[in-house]
Amino acid sequence: MAVLEQPRQVGLLRRPTSLTGFWSWVTTVDHKRIGILYFWTAFFFLLVGGIEALVMRLQLAHPDLELVTGDRFNELVTMHGTTMIFLAVMPLSSAFFNYMLPLLIGARDVAFPRLNALSYWLYLFGGILLNVSWLFGGAPNAGWFGYAPLTSSVYNLGRGIDFWIQGLQLLGVSSLISAINFIVTIFNMRAPGMSLMRMPVFVWNQLATSFLLLFSLPAVTVALIMLMFDRYFGANFFNAAKGGDAILWQHLFWVFGHPEVYIIILPAMGIVSEVLPTFSRKPLFGYSAVVFSTALIAFLAFGVWSHHMFTVGQGPVVNTVFALTTMTIAIPTGVKIFNWLATLWGGSIRFTTALLYSLGFLSMFTIGGLSGVMHSAAASNLQQHDTYFVVAHFHYVLIGGALFGLFAGIYYWFPKMFGRMLDERLGKWGFWVMLIGFNVTFFPFHFLGLLGMPRRIYTYPAELGLARWNLVSTIGAFILSVGILIFLVNVWKSLRYGEKAGPDPWDGRTLEWSIPSPPPVYNFRRIPYVHTRDPHWARKYPHLAQAEEPPPAATAADSEAEHGIHLPSPSYMPILLALAITVGAFGGVFRNVPLVALGVVGTIVSVYLWSVEGEGGIVVEPEGDA
Amino acid sequence: MVSGFRLRRRRGTGWGPGSLILAALALAGCGRAEQFPQTVFDPAGPVARIQLDLLMRTLYLVIGIFILVAGVLLYVVFRYRERPGAGDPEQIHGNTQLEMAWTIAPIVALAFIAVPTVRANFAVAEPPPESDPLVVRAVGHQWWFEFQYPDLGVITANELHIPVGRPVKLLLDSEDVIHSFWVPRLAGKTDMIPGYQNTMWIQADEPGTYYGQCAELCGASHAKMRFRVIAVSEEEFQAWVERMQTYTVDVSSSALAARGMELFREKGCFACHAIAGTEFQNRVGPDLTGVGSRTTIAAGTLANTRENLSRWLADPPAIKPGSKMPNLGLKPDEIEALVEFLHSLK
Repeated sequence: MAVLEQPRQVGLLRRPTSLTGFWSWVTTVDHKRIGILYFWTAFFFLLVGGIEALVMRLQLAHPDLELVTGDRFNELVTMHGTTMIFLAVMPLSSAFFNYMLPLLIGARDVAFPRLNALSYWLYLFGGILLNVSWLFGGAPNAGWFGYAPLTSSVYNLGRGIDFWIQGLQLLGVSSLISAINFIVTIFNMRAPGMSLMRMPVFVWNQLATSFLLLFSLPAVTVALIMLMFDRYFGANFFNAAKGGDAILWQHLFWVFGHPEVYIIILPAMGIVSEVLPTFSRKPLFGYSAVVFSTALIAFLAFGVWSHHMFTVGQGPVVNTVFALTTMTIAIPTGVKIFNWLATLWGGSIRFTTALLYSLGFLSMFTIGGLSGVMHSAAASNLQQHDTYFVVAHFHYVLIGGALFGLFAGIYYWFPKMFGRMLDERLGKWGFWVMLIGFNVTFFPFHFLGLLGMPRRIYTYPAELGLARWNLVSTIGAFILSVGILIFLVNVWKSLRYGEKAGPDPWDGRTLEWSIPSPPPVYNFRRIPYVHTRDPHWARKYPHLAQAEEPPPAATAADSEAEHGIHLPSPSYMPILLALAITVGAFGGVFRNVPLVALGVVGTIVSVYLWSVEGEGGIVVEPEGDA
Repeated sequence: MVSGFRLRRRRGTGWGPGSLILAALALAGCGRAEQFPQTVFDPAGPVARIQLDLLMRTLYLVIGIFILVAGVLLYVVFRYRERPGAGDPEQIHGNTQLEMAWTIAPIVALAFIAVPTVRANFAVAEPPPESDPLVVRAVGHQWWFEFQYPDLGVITANELHIPVGRPVKLLLDSEDVIHSFWVPRLAGKTDMIPGYQNTMWIQADEPGTYYGQCAELCGASHAKMRFRVIAVSEEEFQAWVERMQTYTVDVSSSALAARGMELFREKGCFACHAIAGTEFQNRVGPDLTGVGSRTTIAAGTLANTRENLSRWLADPPAIKPGSKMPNLGLKPDEIEALVEFLHSLK
């Protein structure tokens, strides 16, 4: 890539210019680099959360063990859940959202590149803030949904909950910014001809996820602010003794928390909707049904939160209403599963690792979804609620569903992101070890729950008869870890010795396969004109596609190829702003007024500099003749 | 347990034939209360039985659906694997009739569980209208359970005595954080929430000891917040009530017990613990009336033996992290006297 022109910069502050090396990553606004940063960071936190899980499994391997104390165990429970949800699975989805979205819709970048970088840095710093709590007198310990009043300053004296409040607020801002960025990008930056109903289904799922974030995050933001006021200033929002209401927290949390579940699963559904057609050489069956089901799931997500609260004494009428709304979610979810099966039906199925993980997703998510249907029966849910049966359910959804779907995405898109193939033989070994390890770990949880094991207990007496299945589960957890290790070896091997991936290693269908791997910084030499779904497939196999109209002879984008492509300059501002906000949050944890003031001033200064920094921009000459 | 495989036919449910599926899962076979005192598969009262019936109905439905989905998946995976020279598959984009069919099918399937769910939701909410329930107020504390019988003037802790065959209406409340009252063999859980008074009902059909446990994360010793429900015949229950109502403490027969009672005052035990029939009436910690005949100490954590009680008195937080009962630095002879005294409280 040749830089044709670095326009003379105007404005108070010059923008950085380095395009390689350490500073180029710190100041990058390129969606692909940000995607890669998300990818590695999320994977690091996945390992952290996994190690926390292994410690808990060791503690529970046998009755009456005292490997960790009750307090430490509660910290592990809380940090495992918080880490896996907010620092591992959501950001791993975000890695694909960032990296793939512009490639899938034929754009050069997202709508707000600097905001995109800000999202990443806030995520990284929020994750660090949460985890340094271990070093400053104890991690959060009230569970990932932090029920009041266990989080109050009366029953929770340490700083753990303060770290949790501030850390989650940073992550919330990060997600909110991303959601707005993606929504604007999807609505405004699709390639010419790509109507909404020609968008890849992954992008539809990203759109639904972004709207879920946009509408649900404010609820938990408010709840966390109220909790902060309770703890810092003696407000009594959740203090029953002073007229507050402990249940208010639960409503606010779950109005966010239930959509959150779909925020986690929809991206995986999107990935599977891309992988299955590619490897069965057929278009997705029932595209519009899948799209409408996605929208319906997102909509219904806001009407079921109280099924997390069947035991709080809402009475049979409320419980019945929420039982019925919860059951309706099964309908669009079932429609999706049937359409995926119909996509495979009659296809010519190639058993790549990505496809195996998609099939793993289909079967394991079905188990998790069906135990979810069981939970909707409110009366019997009173037995299952807060037991290992629920823990089994959501691990089938979160690992068997979300994580297996994301692994399908990794095996599918890794060659596009890094330009090298992952080893398929190791990949398949990794898949089977993970699948077996996962089931050995989590299937027994169903039994344990119904045999009377509540969740979040740090130990149990031998007389409850829970020892055997707990031991089986602990063994399974180590098998699952071996599966993850195999994957890590595969990544390492691939990056060092991997076979070079061409532009289109899987005979793909969507636009990202029409450009080199990894894509050049400007993505598309010419912005494509899209005249059908699966445009790349249609170009390769015109006789198999339904081309609805011929592409126009020339578009405005063509002139770019001749006169160079304009790209945004890197910027120091996103990381500076994120840093300033984090300093303020850190000060908040320690109730350190000078530090908070520093953070506030830093934030104001950064925002000001952000708005006055030079417009910058570079013009590059596209290479080759792609 | 797997070798056990005894399939227990549940009474009066009408769901027997489907139990074959269950046997395959080795689930119900694992569910006997002798091995698993907190199992939901061996209900001992009407509420737990209604809940198990509903649970089994949903379980049969979802197993059926899973077999269908997994069957289609396996068929597709074997039938449509890539074959060399087979050419391109037909490019099918969808089928409206199929979409209609698999939208309507789940609705029908859900109706199969929705109707019984609604019925069960109301059945487990309140005891039958014509019954005359015993009312008990159950209060959650970090980390023990207090049971008050407002109509009888009896207070006890960690062991709930009830008569068999009679509904018990529980008024649930908490003194600090949220707890949850759960006796799997008698009923599903209901939360104990500060500032609210929740209700639930239980009934035991057979005499016996039923295990319960707090089911909502409530701090360091959440795992050690357990209790027992002791169901006895109506006559035995009345006898127990009478004993509790007219409770007297008499340590005149044992010098050691008398010294224990003296220490109970001297060491400040009375500041938190009440004993009926004495001047000790502070109820910050568990009421100790009749503690000598309880089966466990420290909220179901230890069997109520002399050795265990001695260990507990020597250092409570060592057994129960975060315990509000401090290590009082008692000497071995003081502990011996206190144990003698407490075990004399039958």
